[in-house]
Amino acid sequence: MRTEPQPGSMSGSTNVTTELKSPRSIVWARRRASLADFWRLYRRQRAGMVGLAILVVITLLTVLAPWYTDESELNAANAPGGRMESPSTEFWFGTDQIGRPILTMVIWGARVSLQVGLVAAVLAVTLGTVIGMAAAHFGGWISWALMRLTDWFIVLPSLVLAIALVIALGPSKLTIIIAIALTSWAGTARLVRAQTMAIEGRPYLERARALGAGNWHQMTRHVLPNLMPLVLASATLQVSSAILAEASLSFLGLGDPSAFSWGGILERAFDAGAISAGAWWYMLPPGLAILLVVLAFTLCGRAMEVVLNPRLRGNQ
Amino acid sequence: MGNLSTTPPSVSPSGGAGGGDDAGYSAGTTPPGGVHRSAARRELWRFLAGRVSGAVVSMLLVLLSAFFIFRVIGGDPVRAVGGDSPMTPEQRAEIEERLGLNEPLRVQFWEYVKDVFTLDWGQSYVSSAQVTDLMWDRLPNTLLLTGTALILAAGLGVWIGARAGWRQGSTFEKTQVGISLTLWSAPTFWLGMIVIIVFSVRLDLFPVNGMRSARGGDQDFLPDLLDVAHHLVLPACTMAAVIYAQYVLIMRSSILEERGNDYLTVAKAKGLRDDVVRRRHAVPNALLPTVTLIALQFGAIFNGALLTETIFSWPGLGLLFYQAIKIPDIPLLQVLFIFFAGTTILANMLADIIYRFLDPRVRRSA
Repeated sequence: MRTEPQPGSMSGSTNVTTELKSPRSIVWARRRASLADFWRLYRRQRAGMVGLAILVVITLLTVLAPWYTDESELNAANAPGGRMESPSTEFWFGTDQIGRPILTMVIWGARVSLQVGLVAAVLAVTLGTVIGMAAAHFGGWISWALMRLTDWFIVLPSLVLAIALVIALGPSKLTIIIAIALTSWAGTARLVRAQTMAIEGRPYLERARALGAGNWHQMTRHVLPNLMPLVLASATLQVSSAILAEASLSFLGLGDPSAFSWGGILERAFDAGAISAGAWWYMLPPGLAILLVVLAFTLCGRAMEVVLNPRLRGNQ
Repeated sequence: MGNLSTTPPSVSPSGGAGGGDDAGYSAGTTPPGGVHRSAARRELWRFLAGRVSGAVVSMLLVLLSAFFIFRVIGGDPVRAVGGDSPMTPEQRAEIEERLGLNEPLRVQFWEYVKDVFTLDWGQSYVSSAQVTDLMWDRLPNTLLLTGTALILAAGLGVWIGARAGWRQGSTFEKTQVGISLTLWSAPTFWLGMIVIIVFSVRLDLFPVNGMRSARGGDQDFLPDLLDVAHHLVLPACTMAAVIYAQYVLIMRSSILEERGNDYLTVAKAKGLRDDVVRRRHAVPNALLPTVTLIALQFGAIFNGALLTETIFSWPGLGLLFYQAIKIPDIPLLQVLFIFFAGTTILANMLADIIYRFLDPRVRRSA
């Protein structure tokens, strides 16, 4: 029984015209419909829309950076300004200790920060989903061991563990991503386990099992599609904590020394004595960038949770 | 039967081998409450044993991972000791000998386990002081900072969170949630930098960093206390600001969970003021899940302490960890890692146990 599950038999709303279509196209039509539903509910979440707008603007600014800034200004030999200049019409947010414009640094730093944040979050959520599903599906000692491991990772101070891992593996963009992913999957695993157990109790899984579906088929065809909305909301929230973690690690001097990230810029500001020099322009833009992006992802993630969980919607 | 009545009832159940009739009779004479209570006590011991053994297993996992992270895949310790200056093979061998690095891994691990249980954690690579001495020196300072920040954040957070949840949909709720999320999104170290620039550099209200002014150590008790308190204000507020959000959000959602319950309707129907219903009825119940979640967030407090102490040069464990990262001073990092992880595991175990005593519903369902 490796064919498509017959979706038409389950959704009562399928009308006569869809009977002529292939099962695959019916599945896609249903997915499009539920996506439209999701969007209709999401649009009502004002905070979520604000978060989404911020993300769109920041993505555009980051992608279009080569067209409106000059990357060569980030080269120490090419620095256009003087030493820690305060903001002027030429350099909106002043310059750093070797005369590079802060604003250009922050715009280019977005690439590293967003990239690390997104990749680490995707890895963490994937790991968490696999472990959570396995813990729920297999039960017995496998489940016990996996949940113990999950609890262990939830409890431990994540930053301390991530620092230890980066020191052990040597600082680079890749090790930071690995360290963040390894220290932040556990929350998702716990969430996914609970949800998987709820889904596995539903009648259509019983039907699939009765028809002889194997573990893999049950998981990928029946459980995972139902988990997806929850996993996506979790991933969105995870991006914000991953970006914060990346900033913290870079600030502690464990970032990739050759790349600019927002945390790395703040590290340089701290080391160059920007605090005692009162150079607020050196610290404000990278910090605000982190704050905005993290806040935007958090708002989107929370709005998604509200859409998915009607109990959170309250009296709206 | 007269014979039975003289035997003390407590003996009979344990001596069940004396005969089925005998045991059945004495079980019948003990009051039903007593049987229930002893079963409950057994249940409690089983629960405690489960929690404690879980914590022990977690702790062993920490010790094992500390060994593997720092000894096996960690960088070159010889270079950490000798610095980047070139050294002869003899010098290198001598350092390896001193650190015990020339032994096979198996022996190193055994030595490590022995050291762990004899509390001999080795010397710092840099200062050659015992790492445990370094740690104990700094511990009170970290406790002072994190304790103050925790009380500030949890107290204010629970208070604001309860009010926000009680008035769901109000402007007050929306503003408070907005403030919390914004503070949560701010990187701790950045907030610290901005706070220093504004309040120390520009306004000159508070000292820039450190824990005491450089006036020499021989101050009287009261001036010293005031001096430390003056230094404490900015770091404690920065740290509190970042961990504050969790308490607001957790307390708010716990109040939301309680809001529909019948007992609140009854309390309102009795004619109690809205304020009293919240304070006396809703908040105590909503506090219960908050306790567990606060314990789960304990690790986050160490994360916050690490970054806050670094920015404010507060001489605590976090700053010690930061200084050790820069070298990297492996024995020091290792002991601090074990300490941070061990404390969070212990705190969570205690929270689990306390929770059971606080919430009778958990006791009954267990």
